[in-house]
Amino acid sequence: MTEVPIVHYLYLAAVLFVIGIFGVLARKNAISVLMGIELMLNAVNINYLAFAKYWGGGNLTGPVFAVFVITIAAAEAAVALAIVISIYRQLKSANVDDAHNLRG
Amino acid sequence: MIQHSWLIPGMPALAYAVIVLFTRRFKALSAGISILAMAACFFLSMGVFQELAKLDPSARTVSFSWTWLQIPPWEAHVGVLIDPLCANMLLVVTLVSLLVQIYSWGYMHDDERFSVYFSYLSLFSASMLLLVVANNYLQIFIGWELVGLCSYLLIGFWYFKPEAADACKKAFVVNRIGDMGFLMGVITIGMMFQTFDFAEVQKIVTQGLSDHTYSTTFIAGIALLLFCGAVGKSAQFPLHVWLPDAMEGPTPVSALIHAATMVAAGVYMVARTYTLFSADPLSMTVVAWVGGFTALFAATIAVAQDDIKRILAYSTLSQLGYMILSLGAGGYTAGMFHLTTHACFKALLFLGSGSVIHGLHNQDIWKMGGLWRKMKVTTLTFAVATLAIAGIPPFAGFFSKDAILDSVHNSAVPGHCVLYYMGVFTAFLTAFYMFRLFFVVFTGEPRDHHAHDHAHESPLNMTGPLVVLALLSLCVGWLNWPGVGLYSQFVHYGSVPEGAASIGVLLGQSWPTLLLVVAGIALSAAFYYWKVFSAEKMAEKFRPVYLLLKNKYYFDEMYGWLVKKVLFGLASIFHWFDEKIVDDGMVDGTGWINQKMGGLLSLTQTGYIQNYAWVIFAAVAVIFFCVSF
Repeated sequence: MTEVPIVHYLYLAAVLFVIGIFGVLARKNAISVLMGIELMLNAVNINYLAFAKYWGGGNLTGPVFAVFVITIAAAEAAVALAIVISIYRQLKSANVDDAHNLRG
Repeated sequence: MIQHSWLIPGMPALAYAVIVLFTRRFKALSAGISILAMAACFFLSMGVFQELAKLDPSARTVSFSWTWLQIPPWEAHVGVLIDPLCANMLLVVTLVSLLVQIYSWGYMHDDERFSVYFSYLSLFSASMLLLVVANNYLQIFIGWELVGLCSYLLIGFWYFKPEAADACKKAFVVNRIGDMGFLMGVITIGMMFQTFDFAEVQKIVTQGLSDHTYSTTFIAGIALLLFCGAVGKSAQFPLHVWLPDAMEGPTPVSALIHAATMVAAGVYMVARTYTLFSADPLSMTVVAWVGGFTALFAATIAVAQDDIKRILAYSTLSQLGYMILSLGAGGYTAGMFHLTTHACFKALLFLGSGSVIHGLHNQDIWKMGGLWRKMKVTTLTFAVATLAIAGIPPFAGFFSKDAILDSVHNSAVPGHCVLYYMGVFTAFLTAFYMFRLFFVVFTGEPRDHHAHDHAHESPLNMTGPLVVLALLSLCVGWLNWPGVGLYSQFVHYGSVPEGAASIGVLLGQSWPTLLLVVAGIALSAAFYYWKVFSAEKMAEKFRPVYLLLKNKYYFDEMYGWLVKKVLFGLASIFHWFDEKIVDDGMVDGTGWINQKMGGLLSLTQTGYIQNYAWVIFAAVAVIFFCVSF
């Protein structure tokens, strides 16, 4: 069985990243935007692991970074969802554009 | 004794501190401390004088100093310079201070701020003595400013009177104009010679003049800057306007500060820095003419004044003019001698007028009259002082005034002939207005019977100083007895004393002056004693002249106009510039621009979070492209 070349992982990550960007930039629902961010973060994680596996030479920096990214993503999701919930309570909507008067 | 001479300014300073900190609530104790300190100063000055007189004439300069500040390349010192000039001045200042303080005990005893008054007097004495013993320009400037401050505090002692409050402000502001010049002179000396020390500056200047490092015009420039200070402090024309108004202060203060000591500081300073003044005929000419003009100018004003203290104030201006004239004409000894005799008889005149005011509670001479019946001692001592200032032999004023006129006569200053006749005419006017004052106040019938009934002789602590000063006004002149000239042997500039003319020569030159003085007295008696002529009719006949003199040549009005129209006009232009250009244009303009720019930038802040995200991604993309291609 031939080994999967690294470029496939990179394609996958790129596709995930672009989908994530689309989610962040184009979706109006706050939850979708957050999901877009998660996708972008995970695309990065894939890159980390792929590079670590192929060119890392046993160096664990890449996987450790991925673990950190996951941790941060969890924290960020917790805070962001809390904000989204309180915005929803105020505005009865989860549409990010409805919160534009926060500009000050 | 000389090595302890730093105590002379030190003791009154200590007295000031003790009164201010501890004894303010105890009137008698405060006055006692102040007077005791002054008495100690006087005896110490006597000791210093005695010790100095014993030294060889060529060795009569003792100086020592301590380092006060070090600002490389400068070093500021405080020090003591004792020489005959200084010893002379020390005796004058401490003696008059002592007598005035004793007198003040009687004069001020009802005042609520009695202790404060004595603390100010002590502070004044300390500053004046600091100025007198100074051995460098910086120290003399500090003393100079401190006496100015004390003058301000004491003129405005009764600050609740609006006239007094205005007068002290005026004195301060006018003095500031002169002091600005003085300060510039001191700074120039420090910059050019790298030292403030009198002796070193003298050495450098003498050296620099002989090998032409410095031009005489340059030295004359410095001297004239210093002279600005003297013009302010000694109230010479055109900065004379503050002294008559300073009469709003308590009368003993006028006697001490505005007659005998502080106003003489200008004369003393010119004498102290005589090397600079005598370097060039230009500075000497300016000094002589300012002095001569002031002497005549103030004497003419004094003729038409009604307030007893103001007459004396203009007389002080005139006599100070004499001193300055004398210094300018090269009569160093004569000028200092007149300072000494003038301190005695003018302090006496002021204290005598204080005694009159104390008895009558009035200052207008036309409400007085016939006072000799009620105030024998005051009248007698006042008469001595009047004779002394008029210059009748053998009273003190004769010898000193004559020495001045003599030195002007022999001077090399351009126009010395004119100056001489101005001086002689001033002597005539002096005799006239002083005897006018004397006759109106002390002789004839009382004009205001109510006030006259209440008039009484002053207590012993006031008449005592009067008697002492009267004796001095009689005798001090003899120090320079013609042909002997103890004084001129002692105080002189350069190594050779100015010669003292014999009595025959003296009378030979001075008889015309003497004749004019007697004529002045006779004229005054004709007007105000025998009433052969009517002064009112005279005033009516020459009404424009009378009004001109009575209103002091309208100098106050002129300065008022200058300040109001010219200065305030100029100020309003600057005010417009400040308000419209600086404030509205530049300051508000900066704010306006920032606000508008901010407004423009705030358009980018939409509040739509995805707009921000777009910008971030776009920026990252741009950076990525820039970096990779």
